[in-house]
Amino acid sequence: MRGDGTDAEDFEHPYLPTSSPNIVGEMLAALGLDSIEQLFVDVPTSIRLSRPLRIPRMRSEFELLRHIQGLLNMNRTTQSIKSFLGAGCWPHYVPAVIGEIIARGEFLTPYTPYQPEASQGLLQAFFEYQSMVCELTAMEYANCSLHDWGSALGEAARMAVRETRRRKILVPHFISPERRAVLQTYVEPIGCRVVEVGQSYSTGRVDIEDLKEKMDGDVAALYIENPSYLGFFDQAPEPLAEEAHRHGALFIVGVEPISLGLVKPPGEYGADIVVGEGQPLGLGLNFGGSLLGIIACRGESLLRQMPGRIVGVTTSKDGERALTLVLQAREQHIRRERATSNITTNEALNAVAAAIYLALLGPTGLRKLAETILIKTTYAAKLLGSIRGVEAPIFRAPHFKDFTVRFTKTSAQEVNRRLLAHGIQGGKPLRGEFPELGEAALYCVTEVHSKADIDELAQRLEEVLAHP
Amino acid sequence: MGHLVPEAGEEASEVPPVSQLLDPGFVRSRPPGLPRVSEVEVVRHYTRLGQQNLAVDLGFYPLGSCTMKYNPKINERIARHPGLTELHPLQDQSCVQGILRIMYELAEFLCEITGMDKFSLQPPAGASAEYVGVLIMRAYHRQRGELESRTEILIPDTAHGSNLASASMGGFTVKVVPTDREGCVDMEALSGLVSRRTAGLMLTNPNTLGIFERNILEISRVVHESGGLLYYDGANLNAILGHVRPGDMGFDMVHLNLHKTFSTPHGGGGPGAGPLGVKKELEAFLPVPTVEFDGSQYYLDYDRPLSIGRIRPFYGNVPVLLRAYAYILSMGAEGLRRVAQLSVLHSNYVMRKMLESGGFTLPHSPEKPRKHEFVVSASPLLQSHGVTAGHVAKRLLDHGIHAPTMYFPPIVPEALMVEPTETVSKEELDGFIQAVARVVEEARTSPERVREAPTQVASTKVDEVKASHPRTLCVTYRKYVELYAPHNAK
Repeated sequence: MRGDGTDAEDFEHPYLPTSSPNIVGEMLAALGLDSIEQLFVDVPTSIRLSRPLRIPRMRSEFELLRHIQGLLNMNRTTQSIKSFLGAGCWPHYVPAVIGEIIARGEFLTPYTPYQPEASQGLLQAFFEYQSMVCELTAMEYANCSLHDWGSALGEAARMAVRETRRRKILVPHFISPERRAVLQTYVEPIGCRVVEVGQSYSTGRVDIEDLKEKMDGDVAALYIENPSYLGFFDQAPEPLAEEAHRHGALFIVGVEPISLGLVKPPGEYGADIVVGEGQPLGLGLNFGGSLLGIIACRGESLLRQMPGRIVGVTTSKDGERALTLVLQAREQHIRRERATSNITTNEALNAVAAAIYLALLGPTGLRKLAETILIKTTYAAKLLGSIRGVEAPIFRAPHFKDFTVRFTKTSAQEVNRRLLAHGIQGGKPLRGEFPELGEAALYCVTEVHSKADIDELAQRLEEVLAHP
Repeated sequence: MGHLVPEAGEEASEVPPVSQLLDPGFVRSRPPGLPRVSEVEVVRHYTRLGQQNLAVDLGFYPLGSCTMKYNPKINERIARHPGLTELHPLQDQSCVQGILRIMYELAEFLCEITGMDKFSLQPPAGASAEYVGVLIMRAYHRQRGELESRTEILIPDTAHGSNLASASMGGFTVKVVPTDREGCVDMEALSGLVSRRTAGLMLTNPNTLGIFERNILEISRVVHESGGLLYYDGANLNAILGHVRPGDMGFDMVHLNLHKTFSTPHGGGGPGAGPLGVKKELEAFLPVPTVEFDGSQYYLDYDRPLSIGRIRPFYGNVPVLLRAYAYILSMGAEGLRRVAQLSVLHSNYVMRKMLESGGFTLPHSPEKPRKHEFVVSASPLLQSHGVTAGHVAKRLLDHGIHAPTMYFPPIVPEALMVEPTETVSKEELDGFIQAVARVVEEARTSPERVREAPTQVASTKVDEVKASHPRTLCVTYRKYVELYAPHNAK
């Protein structure tokens, strides 16, 4: 095995079963050819690559593992550093069952179930995921994944624009700036504007007077996040839905899925479309690279506008229950330029992982987990707020996982620098995103933080702030 | 119960009870209808579901346009490394140098493989990358004050539907370029369609017929002369790895499908990754952030004022990127070149044998070699025996083989698109050829057997009409109980 291009005929590799002169020879003979190069004669010589690709030499499996392990070991992960980061990607325990199931070749290696008869297992897993999303959100219809919360919001906004034929989306002031930026890239090309609605700096509630002023006949939808990007709940959002509907606009709510085990779901307070991030449902941190866009809606009209793959139950030729992809006329492979979206490959396996997670926890486990998180968040915010030089939480409302902290004597960056020296990763500094909040940061606490962890954070913070 | 969750026992004594932390009106009154099962039941349920799927790990999967190659297991082990799984995306830069270096190096490999100057690893799929490409076209023409006039994107009639949907999402009108009788872009028609209204042309090469667009340099000249940009859909890169690069063909933008060419698993429909590469002139428009190196540290660069903005949170489907990185190092330069050679050899070998069975024709230049995939028409079977491409595909399932892609591209009647890939033994190729021959023979002697397929997989033929009909549409368990099992209702 030389891999240096000097003997093209004699190159063996574990992933190339036919790479031997004999086998290649047999196939060439069947084609009446002398060399494989004859199959490339129609490629103009002027553009042919006349040298080998300048990439590193081929490695054996053992060398590959050693090389990559060496690089990954350079990272200091949340196993060695106590991290209090959330803000769109949250630390949660991933039950062992999930990894075992999604590692199986039967889930990991098939393609999209375009041949339903040979993919019933996958289709059922997707159907169960859809069902669970609808149960969590109290909505009627869900698809089996979009890429992430941001793009789900973008798609939801486009649904609203198509449905209402209007050109404005209202978003709350404290919307995640990252999600707002993604929303912008999704709606700008269709001439739709994003307009901010004020939120109280003390309670986080949407300023209803400002909303009334901005709501008009050109608003396609009002979007809120509950809990907010900054972690606080709006416990009485019904008037917002009413205001939107009074003007013929849709009400879109962005959610945190675990919290829905405990709090009122948006389907019960007037949401037309729900979007959210499924990462907390058993997907792990993965450097922010394992995301899952949740989307659900009510009403047949919105169902037909919803992008992505949807699985439904039907019957088969011999009368048995069977599943298949439905309403494919919405999708790009049928409708092409008039499709509801271009989405093809999505985050299917992540949706299966989320379904397994929800099946393991069940309604009782999910509620218990949500309560645990609510208690820990409240405890952490209260404890940090008792430190001199710290205000926490900034907003007077119950918080879930994320909560805001304000430093009155030093910068959030500096605090983080000093905490890191003690093996602690502080929360996300917010000065760049919301300068009006002062030297604020977004801290996160979940079921993976013990009381001792939280107490240690408080103790270190106290030390850091006592010696600025 | 299926899983014991931790309690907040210690903290609970220091804060009010949950009932006082939330307004009673905001607490969920009806629990969600999730399953209430033990861990054992969950494991058995999903394991059994797994047994009802065909998959690459089980057998030959010649789905054209999808490059269903083997997914190396070492890549799975690597992706489980806590150096990735336990890493938060917002951690201090000093703590994430290892993963940033891998992403940076991957981008460099992809530049070399495609002949482009810079890559964004962010798009989570090919279609997403196409949309970014369309947004870059907007930004480019807007910078030149020509966005108002450049309203059209040209796309061949053999293109994947996502190309058209992406162009349309970006606010452009799609102009379809016909394919000529030889199976390539009709150059005369192209010249007639290209104008000052052209923002760009989106092309796959080799195209979805598996034919190499030999006029690519002329196509590039025509589009660039009119001021448009040239976009490469990299779905078919497997055919040309190490032989020719899109950057050398004249393309300004290229997307790759890591879950196709670069062996990352399909997962039933994702996660994948669709990195987007551009030439120097378009670098400034790439989405933020990009991964950079300043000589001593790797870092995320958000300071890109001309960027089209953000297309998603964080940095891309990193576990997928890591697998592709590992794959490239597993193959090396000669390995990748060999991948292209063998995928093309397998495709032509299977095609020759399938045509010998007499059940299919090869529209468009039958004397021309194909590349890694080919499209035959089952029209002879339809005309003589009433057996369609769909019937053939379903009957192949009964032989334990996943069907080829059906009815795509739309310009070929009764199309079957076959892509064997390079990761298959000759025994399996011959097994497929024999299965096809048997189905053709069966179509001649007992066509009704072919038409009632499949009968040997998890389900017999599914009623698709009923599935999407408004009265029987059923996409949740709640609705299922209502329609099919009211005695189960709680």
